[in-house]
Amino acid sequence: MFEQMSYETLQAYWWIIIAFLGGALVFLLLVQGGQTLFNELAETDEEKSVLVNIIGHKWEFTFTTLVVFGGAFFASFPLFYSTSFGGAYWVWMLILFAFIVQAVSYEYRKKKGNFLGSKMYDTFLYINGVIAPLLLGIALSTFFTGNSFSVHKERILRIGQNVEAVISRWDTPWHGLDALWNGFHGAWFQNLMLGLTVLFLARTNALLYIKKMTGENSILERISKKLKINAGLFLLFFMIWLIRLMFIPGFAVNNSGKIVLENGKYFHNLITNPFTAVFLITGVILVLYGLYAGIFKTLDKAFWYAAGGTVLTVMALFFLTGFNHTAYYPSITDLQSSLTIHNSSSSRFTLVVMSYVSLMVPFVLAYIWWAWKALDVHKYDVKEIKQEEIKY
Amino acid sequence: MDTINWALVDWSRAQFALTALYHWIFVPLTLGLSFILAILETIYVKTGNEKWLQIEKFWMKLFGINFAIGVATGIILEFEFGTNWSNYSWFVGDIFGAPLAIEGIMAFFMESTFIAIMFFGWNKVSRKTHLLATWLTAIGTNLSALWILVANGWMQNPAGMSFNPDTMRNEMHNFLDVLFNPVAVNKFIHTVSSAYTFAALFVVAVSAWYLLRNRHTEQAKYSMLVASAFGIVAILMNLFTGDGSAKQVAKYQPMKLAAMEGLYEGRSGAPLIAFGIATQSKENPRKQDIHGIEIPNFLSILAFNDPDAFVPGIKDLVHGNKEHGIPSYRERIESGKIAIDALAAYKKAKKAGNTQEAKKQLALFKEHFKDFGYGYYYGRDPHELIPPVAITFYSFHLMVIFGTWFLILFIWLYAELFRNKLENKKWLLRLAVISFPLGFLAQEFGWITAEVGRQPWVIQDLMPNMVAVSHIETSSVMITFFLFLITFTALLIAEIKIMTNAIKKGF
Ligand code: HDD
Ligand code: HEM
Ligand code: HEM
Repeated sequence: MFEQMSYETLQAYWWIIIAFLGGALVFLLLVQGGQTLFNELAETDEEKSVLVNIIGHKWEFTFTTLVVFGGAFFASFPLFYSTSFGGAYWVWMLILFAFIVQAVSYEYRKKKGNFLGSKMYDTFLYINGVIAPLLLGIALSTFFTGNSFSVHKERILRIGQNVEAVISRWDTPWHGLDALWNGFHGAWFQNLMLGLTVLFLARTNALLYIKKMTGENSILERISKKLKINAGLFLLFFMIWLIRLMFIPGFAVNNSGKIVLENGKYFHNLITNPFTAVFLITGVILVLYGLYAGIFKTLDKAFWYAAGGTVLTVMALFFLTGFNHTAYYPSITDLQSSLTIHNSSSSRFTLVVMSYVSLMVPFVLAYIWWAWKALDVHKYDVKEIKQEEIKY
Repeated sequence: MDTINWALVDWSRAQFALTALYHWIFVPLTLGLSFILAILETIYVKTGNEKWLQIEKFWMKLFGINFAIGVATGIILEFEFGTNWSNYSWFVGDIFGAPLAIEGIMAFFMESTFIAIMFFGWNKVSRKTHLLATWLTAIGTNLSALWILVANGWMQNPAGMSFNPDTMRNEMHNFLDVLFNPVAVNKFIHTVSSAYTFAALFVVAVSAWYLLRNRHTEQAKYSMLVASAFGIVAILMNLFTGDGSAKQVAKYQPMKLAAMEGLYEGRSGAPLIAFGIATQSKENPRKQDIHGIEIPNFLSILAFNDPDAFVPGIKDLVHGNKEHGIPSYRERIESGKIAIDALAAYKKAKKAGNTQEAKKQLALFKEHFKDFGYGYYYGRDPHELIPPVAITFYSFHLMVIFGTWFLILFIWLYAELFRNKLENKKWLLRLAVISFPLGFLAQEFGWITAEVGRQPWVIQDLMPNMVAVSHIETSSVMITFFLFLITFTALLIAEIKIMTNAIKKGF
């Protein structure tokens, strides 16, 4: 069935999958958000243990989603993989380091002989909790504001000059950290806003999740107040980012295939593509309703509204930057090097093969859903955690 | 003047080797122990005897300690292809990315989902469901090994693809050829069976330690029984496929085979070195002299299943051998240069709209494409295409020697257990304890043989390491190298300490 699809359709299909994985990743960053809250929400060691176990049972999902996001991007848009990872070296390395130290921390923090001491592992969790959402948000924002790189395929024919033979090259020595001071139409500010948005979103989602999962009253009381502040900050940063986005110049592909700057490009994309608009509006409404319900109505379901909304909203952002003749990974130093979903994708054959593989995704989602439910059968409190035989 | 940034290439290689070798400290234990857990739990569910449950839970605790750090080291490898080998990632992303993505979708999710059930689901799901989750964890981890080894096998023997001159990169045209690449299939079985061997050695060593101290005698003996039986099957599979690996290497990477045996002059009826040392030759600075005990004709058998077969040596490969139809590296370099130039001319002609010329250049390019990677050595010394011989030689031989010992060890242990005499055989138990580090070394030596022996190729005959790197400062790579070294070493120490604490505590 995928054989019949056009190359363009397959590219779009894979962009939707990438968007979905990106959305799932941002939603699952609630684990990271939760890690920044352990000390804020717990007053005793026992309360902390409750929180660590609620959040800790899910860390593998976030981690694996990040890995799969990377792998899927590699397979479907290899030119992005080589350009962004090889170019924005330091940003990705920092993100990776934040994840390395996380992976062992839950398992080791309370074990005897853990060498670095419990405090250190808790610090690792905190670092991961702040760095990962912040930097991933900033990296996502550069999909709209641009980076400094160039891509020239002919370079691979340069014999005997190896670094010159590299087709993708970053144009600043900062290798991605420049996103924080890139002055192109206030890019740095825009990037920072999305970084903060993702950070506070992760914290907000974590609060909603913990609220759903704990029976410990003292924790529940503290959550209510935190929820208002974090949700408020998240909304503030997101609105600033989104509204500015509608006005900044975007990177459009014109009729002759050249990349040009177009004012209000992302606003055009939003109003000309009903698909994107529906995702964004539904997503935002669901998040807002989730927040409202979580703050004022103490609904257990509030978490799921916010979760669904988060995924849809992030998907809409990917649609905004990838569809409608837009360059999703723009270069500000060499405009024509910008990546679009058409010039950076795998061959048609690979996309067809991978599309068959993608049929597994619903099945994977089904068992993840089942496992999530099976483990979340009852709420955690101090008493319950004390009885658990295996815990973090 | 040399315009290759060798420091960058070498630091990037060092970083990849460091992270891969670290990953491989933990992964084999995960691969093997997950099956041992599944077997133990099956026995428990079948017999209903709580004793087996207690044994399983003990090994599971150790499994968990190890698993986390395997995951931590894996994520780096995945992204390192992009961060440090960006040209490579683009050149072959079309083919290489697919197994990596499939690995994620098919294996990693399965593993991480069911592992959660395995650890935290004891009182939350039924006994049968829990058993299923344990098996699925084992299958998931082993599937992840499958896909990554398919990817690695493809680099040793690129199959199922062709070069597209218009997009200037390799594109997949047959997925099944990638998956059932003979190198990949063999590599998968050899590698996972080595992991099972290693895990069996781990269980055997820990159990032997308890027996030596007269602690947990019963549990230790039961664990030992399961592990040594598992170990016998594993090591047989391993030795059998090791022979298969050698045949693949002979076929697709003759230079690697020559380096493994330190064979400079090719010969018919070549002998295998059973034990040997390599020393720097006095006459020729580029040569290692190999001294050792030879088993006549065995290398010819190992490589080609024929005691009289001709095995080419390093000299034959570098300088060519007319009699056996082997072109010299100089000829291949010339040919590769023609391919690269023809591709450039093709692009130019196409841009200028000169279809005639474009067609001609394309035909020329296709004719010489098999030597494409050699073209980058134009104007360089062909001897640069020889991998480090001593390292490859020693790694290979130690791996094989250790492997033979493990077979003897497992059978011996099993026999003594059967005769119920094991507790009294103190020295055999001590041998079992010290064999665990040997198992670890055999594993790492295997990878070193495979990876160092194929240098300088990242993709055999198509892309040498110097063209595969990213355009970054050497200093950046040096910094991340040391960051990894420090972080991983600290985590390794933590793991070992936690592990020994848990072992001391016992069942
Ligand atoms: C899927 C591909 C793949 C896989 C599964 C592995 N490697 Fe590898 N390895 C590479 C792909 C690769 C590479 C990216 O292609 C490197 C980097 C530079 C090079 O020439 O090959 C490499 C280099 C490399 C080197 C450096 C060799 C040298 O430069 O002299 C060593 C020692 C290893 N690897 C060891 C390992 C170990 C212990 C592995 C087991 C986990 C492993 N590799 C798995
Ligand atoms: C360069 C090649 C490799 C890459 C890119 C890679 C990547 C990864 C990643 C990203 C993870 C973490 C997965 C998670 O999120 O749970 C991981 C774990 C794992 N890898 Fe690798 N890996 C490589 C080599 C290997 C090899 C050669 C094997 C086996 C033959 C292997 C087997 C495993 C297993 C079993 C796990 C999960 C268990 C554990 O973490 O201990 N990997 N790998
Ligand atoms: C008679 C014994 C053995 C023979 C003849 C043998 C042969 C080989 C060969 C030729 C390779 C290189 C394959 C390549 O470059 O593609 C290899 C790789 C390897 N070996 Fe062995 N081996 C033996 C025993 C062992 C043992 C005992 C272990 C570990 C317990 C082991 C672990 C490995 C590993 C992990 C690799 C790297 C993965 C791969 O390339 O397949 N081998 N072996």
